[in-house]
Amino acid sequence: MSAVLALLGSSRPPEGFEKPTAEIFDTACLIGSGDFCFNRIALYMFVAAAIVVALFVLAFARPRLVPRGIQNLMESGVEFVRNQIAVEVIGHDGIRFVPLLLSLFFFIFAANILGIVPFFQLPATSRMAIPAFLAVVVWLVFNAVGIQHHGLRYFKNVLFPPGVPKALYILLTPIELVSVFLVRPLTLSVRLLGNMFAGHMLLTIFFLGTAYLLAQWKTVAFGVAAFGLGVGLVGFEILVAVLQAYIFTILTAVYIGGALHPEH
Amino acid sequence: MRTLLALLAQVEGDVSVIGRGLVYGLGAIGPGIGIGFLVGKTVEAMARQPEAAGTVRTVMFLGIAFVEALALFGFVLAFVI
Repeated sequence: MSAVLALLGSSRPPEGFEKPTAEIFDTACLIGSGDFCFNRIALYMFVAAAIVVALFVLAFARPRLVPRGIQNLMESGVEFVRNQIAVEVIGHDGIRFVPLLLSLFFFIFAANILGIVPFFQLPATSRMAIPAFLAVVVWLVFNAVGIQHHGLRYFKNVLFPPGVPKALYILLTPIELVSVFLVRPLTLSVRLLGNMFAGHMLLTIFFLGTAYLLAQWKTVAFGVAAFGLGVGLVGFEILVAVLQAYIFTILTAVYIGGALHPEH
Repeated sequence: MRTLLALLAQVEGDVSVIGRGLVYGLGAIGPGIGIGFLVGKTVEAMARQPEAAGTVRTVMFLGIAFVEALALFGFVLAFVI
């Protein structure tokens, strides 16, 4: 009992176990140094972009009327983003945002899935730079769409939504100001970062723990269990990679839709 | 209670780790309950009126984005403090 308590009360890992820290995300510079550092994350960003471009070129360079193979796969992806996200959320004038939403969806998915692809094994979205950049792009797009369609009335619609008692504006306007212009891009980027960061950390801990537990005979059973759970978590990471790409895209559509039709 | 105090008295090492864990853990309670309610009610609404599923799903994601913001603040603060 007291041994268990001692173990629980200690924030130190057991003897000989190298605890993974956030430093596993600090990859060494491949090219350059200091502020102009081209590291693994930057490389993977280009890899993710190249994968998406290659998939689309392969699928649609010589399109056939009756799609086969990869064209079939990519067409179902395009159809999903167009029907389930753009038209469903924004409406029929959402068709012209399909290129943006499609690029976001496939790029984020490719960048996420690199976390479990052998020999890559680090999601490109697990550092703040890429999610933050994508969120800034989305922020610029939905504000630009709102200003383009409603002019300065866009800000009036956002900050002073109609149909609300006048006195409530004292409470409502500051909340709307913060939530629309500050919290939206922040949560959009941190949600993606947090999920990929935590997922990668979880996998690292499970597989380091497996290696540590398998090294001693008395803990081999726990090591096998940890390995099994780790394999299960890899499957879970695939789900998270798809889900986060979907949530990022659908929230982008919701924000654009809100700027287009402020009544809903 | 006494065992808990004994446990706390034995805490050693980098104590700020516990604070970070608490910041995120406590920050995740509310959003966890909130998202549970939200999705449960959404499923209920979808089952009652399947033709409204699209609209309901969109509003659900918007609601989740609001609710989850608090948990994400906890995640960020755990790194900041």
